[in-house]
Amino acid sequence: MSGILVLGETADGRMQPVTAELISAGRSLHEELGQDVAVAFLGSDLDDAASEAFSYGADTVYTVQDPLLAEPGVDAGVAAFQEACGRVEPDVVIVGRTALGRDIGPRLAFRLGTGLAQDCTDLEVDQDTKRVVATRPVYGGNALAKVTFTGSSPQIVILRLKAFEPLEPDPSRTGEVVTIDAGLDPSMIRSLLVETVRSESEGVRLEDASIVVSGGRGLGGPEPFEVLEELAQLLGGAVGASRAVCDAGWLDHSYQVGLTGKTVAPDLYITVGISGASQHMAGCSGAKHIVAVNRDAEANIFKSANFGVVGDWSKVLPSFLETVRELVE
Amino acid sequence: MPLNIVVCVKQVVDPETPASAFQIDAEGRRVLPAAGIPPVVNGFDENAVEAALRIKDAGEAHITVVSVGNNFVMDVMKKPLSMGADQLVLVQDEAVEELDAFATAYVLSEAIKKLGEFDLILCGRQASDWDNAQVPLGVAEMMDLPCVTVAQKVEVVDSGLVVQRALTDGYEVVETLLPALVTVTNELGEPRYPTLRGIMTASRKAPTVWTAAELGLDPASLAPKLELTELFIPVVDKQCEFIEGEDEADAGRKLALRLREAKLI
Repeated sequence: MSGILVLGETADGRMQPVTAELISAGRSLHEELGQDVAVAFLGSDLDDAASEAFSYGADTVYTVQDPLLAEPGVDAGVAAFQEACGRVEPDVVIVGRTALGRDIGPRLAFRLGTGLAQDCTDLEVDQDTKRVVATRPVYGGNALAKVTFTGSSPQIVILRLKAFEPLEPDPSRTGEVVTIDAGLDPSMIRSLLVETVRSESEGVRLEDASIVVSGGRGLGGPEPFEVLEELAQLLGGAVGASRAVCDAGWLDHSYQVGLTGKTVAPDLYITVGISGASQHMAGCSGAKHIVAVNRDAEANIFKSANFGVVGDWSKVLPSFLETVRELVE
Repeated sequence: MPLNIVVCVKQVVDPETPASAFQIDAEGRRVLPAAGIPPVVNGFDENAVEAALRIKDAGEAHITVVSVGNNFVMDVMKKPLSMGADQLVLVQDEAVEELDAFATAYVLSEAIKKLGEFDLILCGRQASDWDNAQVPLGVAEMMDLPCVTVAQKVEVVDSGLVVQRALTDGYEVVETLLPALVTVTNELGEPRYPTLRGIMTASRKAPTVWTAAELGLDPASLAPKLELTELFIPVVDKQCEFIEGEDEADAGRKLALRLREAKLI
């Protein structure tokens, strides 16, 4: 078994940003393991995605094809990626913590009888055993664990989104594209995706915003989020929220930042009335600068914050908003 | 015929344990229970119990709750019963105390097989201790069941299921036949509070307890695939620069000016 195989993801024939992150992680292992990095895309008409994968650092691209992959749903994807792993026989498999990867990774691990390290934020190689050592936050981020793989291969890792920076793309890089016909059996399709409903969102996407203004339970209700929305608009950013806010129904769950919500890594993350529970911080630990406004000087959020104001948001926020307005207009 | 529902639950360290009370043993192997803070049923597993109870509210169902572990706190583990589940089965043994995801899925599937007939297995989307989100998928694979993850709504329609699978920006509608396994997320809604009648009923129900030997577990299948090499509490302190003013409004103004000075806005 040799090689590092990345589960590639595409949308409308283009490579998804997460795949560039996974390739980058693969290349960091390549330095130590001396193994090539391959990307497996599921589906057909993926020439553009393949070129993008090469430019971001892939050595080989596999396009796994099968008529059943045209059926929406995850079952065909699991079977197709399993087929790719069977042909490539990789030493390490890298998957993203996405709606697709979270299902495919573990199901593959159980089918292949091998171990999987979930939600990894860093990967190293043990110099003696040449096995992967994965770092991952556990207990909602209160602790960090390092885990390594016992005998079985491949070693499967699921990476936290935005934990690895994509490499600078090099359009001159190319490589071989290998087509794999998966030959799937229709009996593998056990569930059917009949409809996808997207919640409406305006303005900058939360995951892509360079400035995010997030509110928590401390705001007391849905109304103050109008002020946050105004602030986000002034700054060209997006509004986020803690899980408590979404569970209370003040905002839709599409606003949720955290372990089970969205992962953001903006240049500036402004929090208002967020205590900084580790489950929330798991979704914004990649933020370059964090600002906290909170009444409680002992709140956990101040440990992660670069700038802080201890005070009542209803008194701090209006003057902050007005000053920002003067500065940006 | 009532629908036979199995709900898998896990006893976990209370995720609301304040960081100041959160401790790891000297060997860096495990989290120490915080004094005076009892464990809880994993929150997402309570969402799964709630999903089962809603199915029972809408029709006939028999709900069996299954858990694998060793040091169960019975008052904690009986909560699903007091919410309205019918039966509690505990696989309780030293041999199953610290299993990885693979072995846990194996033990759970053996326990569910021993239970006999079932139509639906519900699990929380992940456990708040290790957030692995692997065991339910493993149970589905080992028992060769269709599997739908992160459900925010689960409806039984004829001999099948219609599931809303939560996405970060919307949801998918997925259909599958029974028997099946579904993992449930908090978007489903708050788990109901136990009623007094529920608590009384639960207090009279004794859990069924099985040992590893009674399940006839294969020791080789309990061997870990992952090995923990380190467990530690990360030190986070960015040395926050506190902005102060004459009053809170002044601090807000100065914060904006400071962020401009730092070229962040």
